[in-house]
Amino acid sequence: MVRSGTLILSVAARLLMPLQLLFSVFLLLRGHDEPGGGFIAGLVAAGAFALYMFAYGTQATRAMLRVAPQDLIGMGLFLGVASTLPAWWHGQPFMTAQWWTIPLIGFTFSTPLIFDIGVYLVVLGSVLTAVVGLMDGGRDDG
Amino acid sequence: MDIVIGITLALMTLAMCLAFVRLVKGPTLPDRVVALELFSTLIVGVIGVIAIMTDVASFLDVTIVMALMAFLASIGFARFLERGGPQDD
Repeated sequence: MVRSGTLILSVAARLLMPLQLLFSVFLLLRGHDEPGGGFIAGLVAAGAFALYMFAYGTQATRAMLRVAPQDLIGMGLFLGVASTLPAWWHGQPFMTAQWWTIPLIGFTFSTPLIFDIGVYLVVLGSVLTAVVGLMDGGRDDG
Repeated sequence: MDIVIGITLALMTLAMCLAFVRLVKGPTLPDRVVALELFSTLIVGVIGVIAIMTDVASFLDVTIVMALMAFLASIGFARFLERGGPQDD
């Protein structure tokens, strides 16, 4: 595990990363009617992980992610495709948006949300794949 | 208020032009990196002023994301300059 030289960076990364991830989830959930959405939320989350990577190295980031970034891309694409299918149950055209209200908490769940989560995972996975590749491509940092 | 916003935007545009000159001319790589940093900070400022001008609060979210990305880019550039890239050219 590579530690960066500066104490400031590692402490700042540890403080900023949760906030950045929280902000990305906020952007993701707000995205349908207001600015935000899966793409920019994924970018912010990738920024959070990249910050952690700059501070603690790629090995620590891989250990924290638990899954390979490539698997995130696959999962995101799967969710994107899966969000198009429920319309068939109702005899509507492919990709028609479906909305379900969950009773007790009054939360409206929808296929656009599933699609956005898919976009989020794809963006997160592809940016992280690129950043990990760039970091490992340097001198024996990894 | 309109006059103040106009002056602010004009000054920041001028600063951007100067930063751009440094970005193009900059003799060494660190000069260019610092010019890019200044550029992104100025863009954050311009978006902030436009948020005030148009009264659209969503622009502030844009500035947050922009500032985060600029911060990351500066760390990335600093690392790159310190350790050299893959092909240290």
